[in-house]
Amino acid sequence: MTELQAERASETLSTPRIETRSFRSRYLDVLIALIAFAVLAALPLFFGSKALLDFVIRCSAFGLFATSLNLLVGYTGMISFGHGMFFGLGAYGFGLLMQRTGVPIPVAFVATLAITAVFAAIIGAICVRLKEIYFAFVTLAFQMLIHSTILTWASLTGGDQGLRGGIPRPAFLGIDLANHVHLYITSCALLVLGLLLMRQIAQSPFGYTLRMIRDNARRTSFIGIDVWRAKLTIFVLAALFASTGGMVMALFVSGAYPEFAYWTISGEGIFINMLGGVTTFLGPTVGTVLLLVLNDTVTRFTEYHGIVLGVVILFFAIGLRKGLMDYVLEWYAQRRGGPGERG
Amino acid sequence: MDIDALAGCLASPACLVTQTTSGLIIGMLLFLVAVGLTLIFGVLKVVNFSHGAFYMFGAYFAMTAYQLSESFALAMLCGAAGTAILGLIFERVFMSRVYGADVLMQLLVCYAFVLIFDDVVRMVWGPEFKSMGMPSAFQVPPLFIAGGVVPPYYLLLIGVALAAAMVLGLGLARTRIGKVIRAAAHNPGMVSALGINTGLIYGGVFALGGMLAGLAGALAAPVRSLTPGMGFSVLIESFIVTVIGGMGSILGALVGALLIGLIRSFGSLGFPLFTEGLMYLFMVIVLVSRPSGLFGKEVA
Repeated sequence: MTELQAERASETLSTPRIETRSFRSRYLDVLIALIAFAVLAALPLFFGSKALLDFVIRCSAFGLFATSLNLLVGYTGMISFGHGMFFGLGAYGFGLLMQRTGVPIPVAFVATLAITAVFAAIIGAICVRLKEIYFAFVTLAFQMLIHSTILTWASLTGGDQGLRGGIPRPAFLGIDLANHVHLYITSCALLVLGLLLMRQIAQSPFGYTLRMIRDNARRTSFIGIDVWRAKLTIFVLAALFASTGGMVMALFVSGAYPEFAYWTISGEGIFINMLGGVTTFLGPTVGTVLLLVLNDTVTRFTEYHGIVLGVVILFFAIGLRKGLMDYVLEWYAQRRGGPGERG
Repeated sequence: MDIDALAGCLASPACLVTQTTSGLIIGMLLFLVAVGLTLIFGVLKVVNFSHGAFYMFGAYFAMTAYQLSESFALAMLCGAAGTAILGLIFERVFMSRVYGADVLMQLLVCYAFVLIFDDVVRMVWGPEFKSMGMPSAFQVPPLFIAGGVVPPYYLLLIGVALAAAMVLGLGLARTRIGKVIRAAAHNPGMVSALGINTGLIYGGVFALGGMLAGLAGALAAPVRSLTPGMGFSVLIESFIVTVIGGMGSILGALVGALLIGLIRSFGSLGFPLFTEGLMYLFMVIVLVSRPSGLFGKEVA
């Protein structure tokens, strides 16, 4: 099967119905994104609280990370247990570039994305051949390999102490990231832009190819789509957004720590996805807010926050059996459908 | 990196014996945990992410029993039996509810219990490091084999683990219950149609897996320090073992555990900081060349 044939096959499959719909909804997405950004950007005018802004910045970092993971888990059916390695890679790559080379922030940003893409392409090329639980394990192994390397290579990464001494944040284009409000607005912009881009990927013909792979990979390859290439592409794309999340985090804490590359970050990402729900695009973002609120409030009241968190997870897993957004969506559909059926 | 130390050790019989025994006990403890994991996966098709907690509970149960009774045998028994009961309850009350569900839901339930169990241990036994201490029966001078030091307790530990492996392997291969378990792993619907209570089999297998992990924890209690969260590193390592050996294969778990044990003990000489990295590297190599593990059934 040549590339041309494969492309034609995917086009003929997805073109007719989706094209008109996605064309309109693309403008809608941009509009929603602009409104969301305006609301977020206006927040500091009304609430001066630093804690709130910090909270939104953390949400941006994890929201980008969790949504990019959902591109793999929810859309393509690739359960990655090592997605956090790209979060860590972004944080360390950016931090090291800023500390060692002193290039302007946008240059470091793009360079970090390039580094992440190379890593993701190599690791992905090895991993995406494997299926289901084996894919999960091999990504986990790579994550831990990178974590061990960070711990071992202390001369470069600072070992278990992490990157210390702060990340220099020189001003560029009138944006001074050392200023808290500027950092906040930049994080929001990155979040909204990242979500918008990921939304476009998810709604594109390529996004529908991914859903097809999730539902039946074998048939997808029968109709001439190179499954391996599609999986590798989304693996690399998702890594780029996760890396962006890591960079936001590095800017926020002004450093990078080995925990950023530890497997628990990947675990948290999966957990966020399950909390928010994997069937809606905004599910992971909602999950992020939910988890961070939960974490912050619970730690304030008790030192045993594991128990509380555990019970909440159990409630979602055994009680609702789905994420919050999935549940809300179903409830809403039922409510709308309900009266119509009766009347 | 310290290749000279590694080469020096490989040249000296005394060092070789010491490192091999320490590799063997790491491997044997890992085997007991991993074999439960692999058994549960083989029969229930569930990746028990909370398996490390059973190891932890085994150790704490054993420590408490030993402090109360001063009897080493009773401590081992308490560690194993306590976790078996815990496993049975855990499976029947919680895990059995998510069998039909997404793999992610199952992982989530287990993850919830990792958090809950760690905090329960922190509440009951306190957050600080504890130690059970070597039972007086084993406070005897170490043996010297080819100049290498081998504490007698290590021999007991290796013996118990090997015995468990034998009993388990023979039990599954030769007995009627073993046959039923293998049948349930293959086709639970048919087994249930033949009038066998599969729920009981599932609960039993989970309890058995929990018991083996608990036994490992109890055996490890005299030689390791006890802390909430101690199950976690063991869990990750036993995952590596099961993946290397092949999910669902007992022989694979044994070989994988021994390999990891030896990599750890010799790797700590040659690459003191990168020992963990070596394990993951090994896992990557195995997974890439044989995705189903060394002894796993071939997957497409």
